[in-house]
Amino acid sequence: MQTDFSSGTSPQTIPNTRNISLNINGTTRTLQVTPYVSLLDGLREYLDLTGTKKGCDHGQCGACTVLCDGKRIVSCLTLAVMKDGSQITTIEGIATEEGLHPLQKAFIDHDAFQCGYCTPGQICSAIGMLQEGKAQTREDVKELMSGNLCRCGANTNIIDAIMEVKNGDHHE
Amino acid sequence: MNNFDYVKATDVAEAINGIASNNDAQYIAGGTNLIDLLKYNLTDAEVLVDVNHINSNHNIEETEDGGLKLGAFETNANTAYHPLIEERYPLLSKAILAGASAQIRNMATNGGNLLQRTRCYYFYDANTPCNKREPGSGCSAKLGYNRIMAIMGTSEHCIAVFPSDMCIALAALDAVVNISGPDGERSLAFNDFHRLPGDTPHLDNNLQPGEIITSIDLPPKGFAQNYSYLKLRDRNSYAFALISVATGLELEADYIKEARIALGGVAHKPWRVKEAEEFLAGKLPTRENFAAAAEIIIQGAIPYEFNSFKIELAKRAIVRNCMMALHPETQLPGAQPSA
Repeated sequence: MQTDFSSGTSPQTIPNTRNISLNINGTTRTLQVTPYVSLLDGLREYLDLTGTKKGCDHGQCGACTVLCDGKRIVSCLTLAVMKDGSQITTIEGIATEEGLHPLQKAFIDHDAFQCGYCTPGQICSAIGMLQEGKAQTREDVKELMSGNLCRCGANTNIIDAIMEVKNGDHHE
Repeated sequence: MNNFDYVKATDVAEAINGIASNNDAQYIAGGTNLIDLLKYNLTDAEVLVDVNHINSNHNIEETEDGGLKLGAFETNANTAYHPLIEERYPLLSKAILAGASAQIRNMATNGGNLLQRTRCYYFYDANTPCNKREPGSGCSAKLGYNRIMAIMGTSEHCIAVFPSDMCIALAALDAVVNISGPDGERSLAFNDFHRLPGDTPHLDNNLQPGEIITSIDLPPKGFAQNYSYLKLRDRNSYAFALISVATGLELEADYIKEARIALGGVAHKPWRVKEAEEFLAGKLPTRENFAAAAEIIIQGAIPYEFNSFKIELAKRAIVRNCMMALHPETQLPGAQPSA
């Protein structure tokens, strides 16, 4: 079914929309989306959570990485309707009243960016990786962070920042 | 991407009915390949039937014969890191972890891994002819930039390769694919699941319309003592294989009792040559014997303008990986060369 704009139908009444509920950074948000809306577009365009970045939109760069029910995923390759009822953590949700997340501090300390576009995805991915607990060595970290590309080439500093937090060396 | 309707299935029968009721319906599981294809308008659907909420086939379970049953709807990551897989089928774990990225492995399912489409550039470029995308339109890869394409089992209609890593290990392990459909349940040996292009390059596998993969059985023999997965590619990580090799060896008193060797990056399906494995049985696990087996495996390869390097690379990768299988403890992250 196509929306017929000529008949005076409001452009807002797109067919097949449905209401979904996402718990985002601890707050329940409802949004009305058509099935083809990706989780990434749902966050950015419907909820104005623009910290999560759209890089390639094809799962190749990792800029859109968020945590979904505790697991890191690329939000461009899933549909918002598929995540109805899920808990989502984005870059906007990781600092606390006490201050920045340790990874955010470590990224600043190590100058782990140049343009900063990949940073939200890098940090969400690193949080997921540390929770998975599978990385033992620096080589493991590099391998398990390979889904996040940094076109500025700050990778060495990014891995340094992550290793510092992983090893518990971060100082206030 | 065009809009579509969306329904969640809660059991396998409901999912099959959801597909049967609409000719243009498709199953969606992890979505990591399907959503990409939808965005490029390389496929479309009136309805997506979400199988992630089906109340079965999410687990890794032990089977009565001493093997394991992998639920089709379990994620690749949970499968690779499952204690029983790590302990008894480390070859499978290594192969899964060599594929895609950690984020995508958290999303992609076991069933979906088998059903991913080729990453042939021309299949992905809707402006160029492609017999897989549009039967009868021609193959752009044959006379195009064919560096990543197949050297074995090609046809005049298609030289694309099947891109999975997980499936190369599943082929080596003699896995069995369990399928449900409108006409009931059936099982296919792994080697019978994927197809060569032949005259029907648009068909990647032998799944019939409406059928769904429900689980994958692993036989008891996991080659956990001597195994290796080697993946050679243009980046150290997060790239598809130019050549990959899965090897499982069963040794007895210094001799090879049984060998399994499967190749990725060379054909439209995981590539195994029984004659080479039979040649190795009863022989010493030496570089010379593995090189002789490699010659048997690569016999008859047909290169194209830009991928003739794959012939020598495949032979060396086979030898290297079989030697690595003698020392699996030396394997590196990302299935890079070691030992």
